[in-house]
Amino acid sequence: MKAFTQHQGLVAPLDRANVDTDQIIPKQFLKSIKRTGFGANLFDEWRYLDEGQPDQDNSKRPLNTEFVLNQPRYQGASVLLAQENFGCGSSREHAPWALDEYGFRAIIAPSFADIFYNNSFKNGLLPIVLSADEVNELFVQTEANEGYALTIDLEAQTVTRPDGVQYAFEVDAFRKHCLLNGLDDIGLTLQDAELIREFEAGYKKANPWLFNAL
Amino acid sequence: MAGKTLYDKLWEMHEVKRRDDGSSLIYIDRHILHEVTSPQAFEGLRLAGRQPWRVDANIATPDHNVPTTKKERDGGIEAIADDVSRIQVQTLDDNCEEYGILQFKMNDVRQGIVHVIGPEQGATLPGMTVVCGDSHTSTHGAFGALAHGIGTSEVEHVLATQCLVAKKMKNMQVRVEGQIPEGVTAKDIVLAIIGKIGTAGGNGHAVEFAGSAIRELSMEGRMTLCNMSIEAGARVGMVAVDQKTIDYVQGRPYAPKGADWEAAVAAWKDLVSDEDAHFDTVVEMRAEDIIPQVSWGTSPEMVLPVNANVPDPAKESDPVKRDSITRALKYMGLQANQAITDIKLDRIFIGSCTNSRIEDLRAAAAVAKGRKVADNVIQALVVPGSGLVKAQAEEEGLDKIFIDAGFEWREPGCSMCLAMNPDKLGSGEHCASTSNRNFEGRQGNGGRTHLVSPAMAAAAAVKGHFVDVRELMNEGA
Repeated sequence: MKAFTQHQGLVAPLDRANVDTDQIIPKQFLKSIKRTGFGANLFDEWRYLDEGQPDQDNSKRPLNTEFVLNQPRYQGASVLLAQENFGCGSSREHAPWALDEYGFRAIIAPSFADIFYNNSFKNGLLPIVLSADEVNELFVQTEANEGYALTIDLEAQTVTRPDGVQYAFEVDAFRKHCLLNGLDDIGLTLQDAELIREFEAGYKKANPWLFNAL
Repeated sequence: MAGKTLYDKLWEMHEVKRRDDGSSLIYIDRHILHEVTSPQAFEGLRLAGRQPWRVDANIATPDHNVPTTKKERDGGIEAIADDVSRIQVQTLDDNCEEYGILQFKMNDVRQGIVHVIGPEQGATLPGMTVVCGDSHTSTHGAFGALAHGIGTSEVEHVLATQCLVAKKMKNMQVRVEGQIPEGVTAKDIVLAIIGKIGTAGGNGHAVEFAGSAIRELSMEGRMTLCNMSIEAGARVGMVAVDQKTIDYVQGRPYAPKGADWEAAVAAWKDLVSDEDAHFDTVVEMRAEDIIPQVSWGTSPEMVLPVNANVPDPAKESDPVKRDSITRALKYMGLQANQAITDIKLDRIFIGSCTNSRIEDLRAAAAVAKGRKVADNVIQALVVPGSGLVKAQAEEEGLDKIFIDAGFEWREPGCSMCLAMNPDKLGSGEHCASTSNRNFEGRQGNGGRTHLVSPAMAAAAAVKGHFVDVRELMNEGA
């Protein structure tokens, strides 16, 4: 997994609550057996005027010029500003894969859906929870200032505005550690393989019916 | 010290290690796989040269994008017309073959929607941790199990380590007391709960459904309830074990037998919250107050009783909410203040992991019996949750009732719930659907979903617009 330490990037504002995973990456693109190739279909139904299909040349499709990510001033954005309960809906990890491949490194919102929040950390994408007031202030700032960029420091747990105003955010210690170092979760867990085996043996003795072969 | 909640107990039973950083390793008893979220996990396993930790903890079946017409199904995987879908179903076959994982293949009578087949086979048991790369895994919590959806990275993690890295969530109790009115189902109860607490209401919580109305629900009703806890924001939903749970599990193919059964039942009796258990959040509702529900918007919290009118954004003071209502009305093609019963339907979908079990089909058939699908309805689909549910329904003659009324009787799969297979809505079409999500485009690009119970979907099918199913129940067939 790619590490996340510090990042400075252009902000794109997506001013909608409850953005669900069907919007982030519609179901027809989930048929892929690969982890890549989703970026061009991020927010497909909002971004294009036609109905997208897998394996199509997206550069030839008609764009919805009103959609925020299609506006010239937000090209190259790497920080997504969103409203409450971002990422609700399904468990599809294709959602963070698509956001990552599009170029986003961090998402700032007042709240995230649990599974999406969890999946993001596994893919080097940092979801940041700020208060509703702070997020609303950032929406105002972003829309008022072309080229508005934020600096995110995971180690310090801060988001810094161009005018120096700083917001602090919370992040679980284990998630922070893995993301800062780009650690492979599985490798880390397997360091405890012996412990898992011991637990399993005792647990099996107490609950043998849970180990009947399927 | 306060007693423990059911969630506290399940968590402690499965905690392998509490790490210094506040996370825990949680042991996973059952892992269910399907074709959509597993291929990249198997690929990751292969690239790292790892083997599954415990092969017999896994069970697989293709469901999300299998075709549901008999003609296409009869030809086997080769006959799946959509190339990408075919490759995905084939890949699940190949991966299960390579690693020796039990799979109910596409045309096995035991094949079906992951959240239908686990309980049906006794592969889901009380006290288990159950995970699957699908957010509706919360369904299995109906058995007093700790069950939730995971992403593909975690699918790979569970395959490789039999554990998940997790942090304990907060406890929420949703208590529904009182007598459930006639015509009101588990689906209406859970929609009413989501309408009350919102789609983010359960974020960060494990929800236990409790109270006399919940105890009154059948196991299938409890599955419907727990299934949609994710639509209330909670990854985990559960119901404590009682005699109904035990009776349902007994005799199922993979349920414990003999002395194992006796020991298991003794252990399962403790799978209830202690009387003095502490919940961080408590939500209370009265069953008598619940009226059959219909979702009108593009989020499951946009739901109202069938006798209500669609909201008016002008009456909403919160700007974000007002904007959401305006946007939803526009997408749904509805007018502010219009009566829900004036919404006309183009398609009907009875199926999905929420409502495709035998009791759901019986409830819909009871309404459809002797009636006809209205002329303005282009298509009415009934998609059983598994091959075994389909066989049972046919034994009871439900298929005939549906076909006589003008419904199509299909092969099992997720179908029009998420439209990954050819079953989908056309742009602008309204659908009365027994599924779980009404997001924009969920059932097809531009499609307009209204979430309802199976009986309400059948009633909408025969009237061509929404109607309180109790009116039909009273007039008789």
